[in-house]
Amino acid sequence: METVIIIVAGVLVTVATYLLLSKNLIRVILGTAILTHAVHLLLMAMGGFKGESVPIISDKHTTYVDALPQALILTSIVISFAVTAFFLVLAYQVYKRTNTDDLSKLRGYRHE
Amino acid sequence: MNNLIVLPMVLPLLTGVFIVFFKSYIQVQRWGTFILLLVNVGISVIILRQIQIDGIISIDFGGWAAPFGILFVADSFAALLVLTTNIVSAICVLYAMPTIGKRRETFYFYPFVNFLVAGVNGSFLTGDIFNLFVTFEVMLLASYALITLGGTRLQLKESLKYIAINVVSSSLFLIAIAYLYGTLGTLNMAHLSMRIAESGQTPLLTVISLLFLIVFSLKSGLLLYQWLPGSYSTPPTAIAALFGALLTKVGIYALFRTFTLLFYHEQQITHTLIAIMAGVTLIGGCIGAIAYNNIRQIVAYNVVIAVGFILVGLAIMNTTAIEGAIYYLVHDMIVKALLFLLAGTMIYLTKSEKLDEMSGLIRNYPSLGWMFFITVLSLTGIPPLSGFIGKVLLGQGAIVAESYILLLLSFMSGFVVLYSLLRIFMSCFWGETIISEEEETPLSKKVIFPSAILVVLTFALGFGAESIAPYVQDAAYTLTNPSVYINAILPD
Amino acid sequence: MKINEVILQSVSKIVVFIILTLALYLFFAGHNAPGGGFIGGLVLASSFVLMLLAFDIETVKKGIPVDFKLVAASGALIVLLSGLGATILGEPFLSQSFAYFDLPFYGEVELTTVTIFETGVALAVVGVVVTIILSISEDV
Repeated sequence: METVIIIVAGVLVTVATYLLLSKNLIRVILGTAILTHAVHLLLMAMGGFKGESVPIISDKHTTYVDALPQALILTSIVISFAVTAFFLVLAYQVYKRTNTDDLSKLRGYRHE
Repeated sequence: MNNLIVLPMVLPLLTGVFIVFFKSYIQVQRWGTFILLLVNVGISVIILRQIQIDGIISIDFGGWAAPFGILFVADSFAALLVLTTNIVSAICVLYAMPTIGKRRETFYFYPFVNFLVAGVNGSFLTGDIFNLFVTFEVMLLASYALITLGGTRLQLKESLKYIAINVVSSSLFLIAIAYLYGTLGTLNMAHLSMRIAESGQTPLLTVISLLFLIVFSLKSGLLLYQWLPGSYSTPPTAIAALFGALLTKVGIYALFRTFTLLFYHEQQITHTLIAIMAGVTLIGGCIGAIAYNNIRQIVAYNVVIAVGFILVGLAIMNTTAIEGAIYYLVHDMIVKALLFLLAGTMIYLTKSEKLDEMSGLIRNYPSLGWMFFITVLSLTGIPPLSGFIGKVLLGQGAIVAESYILLLLSFMSGFVVLYSLLRIFMSCFWGETIISEEEETPLSKKVIFPSAILVVLTFALGFGAESIAPYVQDAAYTLTNPSVYINAILPD
Repeated sequence: MKINEVILQSVSKIVVFIILTLALYLFFAGHNAPGGGFIGGLVLASSFVLMLLAFDIETVKKGIPVDFKLVAASGALIVLLSGLGATILGEPFLSQSFAYFDLPFYGEVELTTVTIFETGVALAVVGVVVTIILSISEDV
């Protein structure tokens, strides 16, 4: 299971890198979102899976998974949710002001 | 158990949330924020003094004992930086009041400043590496909002770059944390330090440490500073001053913490790399500071030079050099804020950012001119101003460690700083005045007063170096002896 | 072109209540089972989003005359104050406690201070999500 997840995380990082390097602003934002998801998978794999255990201690389950990575992932999901939402609003504002989402036309300081 | 040390983070959050309810009462927002920051200054002084008496203070949130729960730890290094942060941000808020503009003020400028301060203070005080990530994100989210606030076209364009690079580096940060947790099974910094010491820092851990180095270098602008000048020179002056004074310093703090507390076993790899990166940063920053004709760019590149200079102290890694670096860090937070405020005031008065479009300002605004001159001296490290003691100690440390190249580079950078700023001084303040008395923009006392406080502070820090010496020495001692930190958190 | 939204509107009038019930269930389940303030808050927010999709913003705003920025702020305020409450009693920041009470009709019920904290989280999530959605959709 860990192997599969690690490979999936690797594929996601590849996709994210490809998207991040493109010139379209929305693609870049999607790239950052996918990158964080890849990292979440990595975090989960780092905690180990132990078969099909759940991160809950109760009478029904004899083995349980380390719950900390799940807590870390939840925190990180919240943060990346906020960041991605903010980034999308910003992209929309930029598009409204400049009428373009092409990053090569959105060069900054020295080109103004 | 000491709840006092959560207050520097919780109080700004509370105030920030609270003043959201007073959207249209700007006075409440302004003075609420300012008074809060003053209270925070008081609290950090108390914390600093208490550390001298009781040693390192820590608190486990919700009573979950270390290493299982998350915790805040205040040692002298963290408390000194928290103190400086609150002082500098209070003054920046004071400067923002007359200059930032009504539109930004009603659009939650003050709440975001509060959140930024909360994030910065939290990053200094946390004792858990994942918590460091969270407080970093609090700080960064606030900074994203601040950098785009008011949204001129240029600001939006530059902020895209800033946000993209920070989101990617945050992901890298999380990857590094994941690997660290996978190998060591803990996130508490003291516990991490213990386990790394037990394993003798295996090659795997060294690789992870390099990942951390990349992450924090991106945040602090060490070698990977290319995003910095653009994004620090577009927002309004008060925000730029906050950024220049605080944000890179948090990255520097994280580098100091990780490479003195956690990864100090393989110094010939990690610290050599830091040395090379610091050297290149110094050179790159110097080139940038000389190359540009735009005041804001020159000032922003001066931030880069300071980052390189402070990290030379970490690269040398002996008590004297680290002591010097801490002095310089505190000094730099104050003086960089001052420099940004003065440069911003010049731009506000002349409505231009170009060197060759200003001349003879000292005739119109003598106080501004002299303050700028004092800033130049302080940044170059002329005694008795605050930059002196840090430079001397750092140089001493470099000589003891026989790293003469770093010594040469860091002191040559001092000359470049002097040259780049004197260039501003000569072309903008000297010469024939081009502003006649009728068209002179009046310089109100409210605008110049915050800079005056900072000038007084740089003098005070220079003359009073003796009085803060015990705190700095204690901070350097804790940094160079990780066992002090570990014993305070995990007594057995 | 005017699209006939009658099916979406009448379905969502019922579905919104189902979502709200689910949100409340998830919110209270979160104490000892999957769920909690964040997830409950997200589900709650999704019901608002559904309303915004089915009806236009003006109608929803007239029905729910609340500034969601303030909802988010009050949520954050509750979170912080519930954390600070412990410090007044001399406990470490963010300490929580729970106790069992005998309520009429319900029997023994576990009441815990975490619920206050979670309420804050839920409110903050609802406020932030709806604010984001509104800020994008308002000026289209």
